[in-house]
Amino acid sequence: MNPILEVRHLSISFLQYESGFRRRMLTVIRDLSLTVLPGEIVAVVGSSGSGKSLLAHGILGLLPYNASMQGSILYDGTPLDPARAARLRGKEISLVPQGVNYLDPLMTVGAQLRKGERGAEIKKRCREVLARYGLKEETQSLYPFELSGGMARRVLISSAVLQSPRLILADEPTPGLDAQSAGRILGHFREMAKGGAGVLFITHDLDLALTVSNRVVVLYAGETVEEASASDFASGKLRHPYTQALWKALPCGEFTAVSGAQPYPGEIEQGCLFAPRCPHCRAQCTSGEIPYHPAGNGWVRCLLSPQEEE
Amino acid sequence: MIEKNWNSRKSAILFVTVAVLLLAAVMVAGIVFSTKAMQTDFSRKNQSPSFSFLFGTDWMGRDMLSRTLAGLSLSIRIGLLTAVVSTALALLLGTAAATLGSKADAAVSWCIDLCMGIPHILLVILISLAFGKGFIGVVAGVSLSHWPSLARIVRSEVLQLRQAPYVMTAEKLGASRFSIFRRHILPHLFPQFLTGLILQFPHAILHEASVTFLGFGLPPEQPAIGVILSESMRYLTTGKWWLAVLPGLSLAAVTLLFSVTGNCLRRLLDPASAQE
Amino acid sequence: MRHRLQFAGKKLLRMILLLLGVSLAAFLLMNASPLDPLQTNIGQAALGSMSQEQIEVLEAYWGKNTPPAERYLQWLGSALRGDFGDSLLYRRPVLQIIGERLGGSLWLMVSAWILSGVLGFLLGAAAGWTRGKWPDRLIRGYCLLISSTPVFWLAILLLLVFAVWLGILPIGLSVPIGADAASVTLADRLAHAILPALTLSVTGVANIALHTREKMIDVLESDYVLFARARGESKSSILLRHGLRNMALPAITLQFGSISEIIGGSVIAEQVFSYPGLGQAAVSAGLGSDMPLLLGITVVTAALVFGGNFIADLLYGVIDPRIRRRAAHK
Repeated sequence: MNPILEVRHLSISFLQYESGFRRRMLTVIRDLSLTVLPGEIVAVVGSSGSGKSLLAHGILGLLPYNASMQGSILYDGTPLDPARAARLRGKEISLVPQGVNYLDPLMTVGAQLRKGERGAEIKKRCREVLARYGLKEETQSLYPFELSGGMARRVLISSAVLQSPRLILADEPTPGLDAQSAGRILGHFREMAKGGAGVLFITHDLDLALTVSNRVVVLYAGETVEEASASDFASGKLRHPYTQALWKALPCGEFTAVSGAQPYPGEIEQGCLFAPRCPHCRAQCTSGEIPYHPAGNGWVRCLLSPQEEE
Repeated sequence: MIEKNWNSRKSAILFVTVAVLLLAAVMVAGIVFSTKAMQTDFSRKNQSPSFSFLFGTDWMGRDMLSRTLAGLSLSIRIGLLTAVVSTALALLLGTAAATLGSKADAAVSWCIDLCMGIPHILLVILISLAFGKGFIGVVAGVSLSHWPSLARIVRSEVLQLRQAPYVMTAEKLGASRFSIFRRHILPHLFPQFLTGLILQFPHAILHEASVTFLGFGLPPEQPAIGVILSESMRYLTTGKWWLAVLPGLSLAAVTLLFSVTGNCLRRLLDPASAQE
Repeated sequence: MRHRLQFAGKKLLRMILLLLGVSLAAFLLMNASPLDPLQTNIGQAALGSMSQEQIEVLEAYWGKNTPPAERYLQWLGSALRGDFGDSLLYRRPVLQIIGERLGGSLWLMVSAWILSGVLGFLLGAAAGWTRGKWPDRLIRGYCLLISSTPVFWLAILLLLVFAVWLGILPIGLSVPIGADAASVTLADRLAHAILPALTLSVTGVANIALHTREKMIDVLESDYVLFARARGESKSSILLRHGLRNMALPAITLQFGSISEIIGGSVIAEQVFSYPGLGQAAVSAGLGSDMPLLLGITVVTAALVFGGNFIADLLYGVIDPRIRRRAAHK
């Protein structure tokens, strides 16, 4: 099966102003690669505030004006340049954003869902989609501030599936929800994937990611360190020390945390970003570029894991 | 990249330095030329601009360039004085409102609303009248009427700071009100004060000129720009355009220089708020 | 509905109290003035030649002998009954003069208010939309230039260009000199109002445009615009459906907040163009120590400013669903 989305060596950087007129490039996402097949959910797991949202914005061609992007993004086998992204977004590619502040505060839910289209057809579709997620007809006449957290989330999902997309980018769609509601929301994504769409599920919550996704891509300080299938976690086949540490920190693992904190972008300039915290760190880990290479049925960026000769 | 950025910072500092020197030079030149600005010579009256009189002469043969320089110098000096006073006042009242309890807050907010209710120029006129017009009147008028909007900003800033986790922690740890203010709040207000001060200059200068122009500010003997332009009105229809155009243009240029320098300095001091 | 009325009532009460405060502050300021109204109006020399009785009569007329507190209460008492006293300069009731002058100024102020509001909004929105590109630079440059220019000098410049050099517009006043009231046409009035109105509009635009630009940028950088774009809404749809909708509230604040500035500007513009409006009356009253008139004008203009704020508050309640719906739920 051909992947619906392929991201290769993607880097996103920002032009940042320091004191005065000095500026510098701040690389928030570095050398990120992943693929999403139709009908599967791929989770991107990274800690909060690491700029994961930018991945979704970058794919949609919606980076802020002071950001720049390197690397390539292929959608359905063809490069996704900003012009093509502009044609596809809202039609074949949908975004499910984080929360209610992604809705226009001064417009009713119905008007936002319809995107200015008129006619009985769109009205009917809105009604159907909302009903599918257990939202009543009256929801359409509510303003965003009148929605509860769970309702807002379901409205945002409704807006994504209104056009029957082939790729869904879900950017932290469940923060602040209790486990049960979160599970229900994630169930909706499962349904979408069953319907043949590819889902890229961006989250900081590994536990949540494992319950719903087929594969997990782990980010450390903005860099992909490992891509593993969800089953690798429980079966102890993880390749990267950081992923192992993440897994151990979970209640279902050993519940032990690794000490230290993630470096800021640009803090470590070469070698492995995890080196200062890694229990297996060796001399060659702290210099040069660590390649991202296939390992078993996944990928890893670590010298411990033997690089297969191609 | 780094090289280029360093240069843009350096050129900003250079620009500010040159601008400040230029303004200082105008200020000093005005003081030096203040006697020449008053000298009448009826043998050379009503001359249009020429090489010997760049700005021309008026109906009493006074050199308009000297008068303009003297006027600009007065404007800059009054602008500096009033901007400092009104910014200090704004800072004082803003922090008082935010720290001294709800009664002080209500009183200051009331004062702010009251001052903002009276059209600005009318308020300046009223205060200037209360102080008997003249130099004192215009200085009091401009400094006592410019603080409200800045005080409002300072107030909300301090309120926000007081809610900041590190201030709350310090409070819980038993730090005194004064030490919290001195160690945690004052340092944050300093950039506010400086940018507020810088942005007050152009307003203060323009309001001084306007009030003087209307006859509520500096007396007619002084070569203030407001006085010069008010006098020029009588000679407009007879075609003596230079009396109005050149001094006004110079004042606009000085004000513009203040504004641009202010924006530049603000960017140097507080890059987050000025991302362009 | 009840909640809405309560809200309006509270605002109205505060406005009345503020107006009282304004009248007291203005009264105290004028009272503190060391300028002797007798000397300003009659002159040192004339006073010297007068008998003591004559001076006393005059002093009583200018209100010099009554204690300030009593005078204020007297003024307040009659003001509440709709009598703002008599103007000392014009020797007619203050309200009558304010009415006449306001009639003349209203033309000017309303047209400038609308023009600067609409133009400022459009320019500001355009600048925010094209942030960093040349239209934005051009508009920002204009705003910076205008806000650095003294209003009275701009007025003089316009007068010099259009009235003196080109000769296409009259130099001042509101009607042709010497014309009797009956023969003055609407076109005459219009021609005399153009330059002062233009001065007010040109300066008013700068402030509104700069603030609108900032709001526009805020809206464009908001999460909901990002999401709208992610959903494939076109640029025009984003501007018309989200941009304008979310700009409406700040625009109302700006527009009604600019009343004070327009009145302030009219004081200067009317002085330059000798336009017989409220602003010019304020200057004459101030220069001539005509306390009742200046006090009256201050109170009336403050009432206009507060009234503007009040209307803005009410409009917010109507337009902003967050206020409207919350009020309805209670």
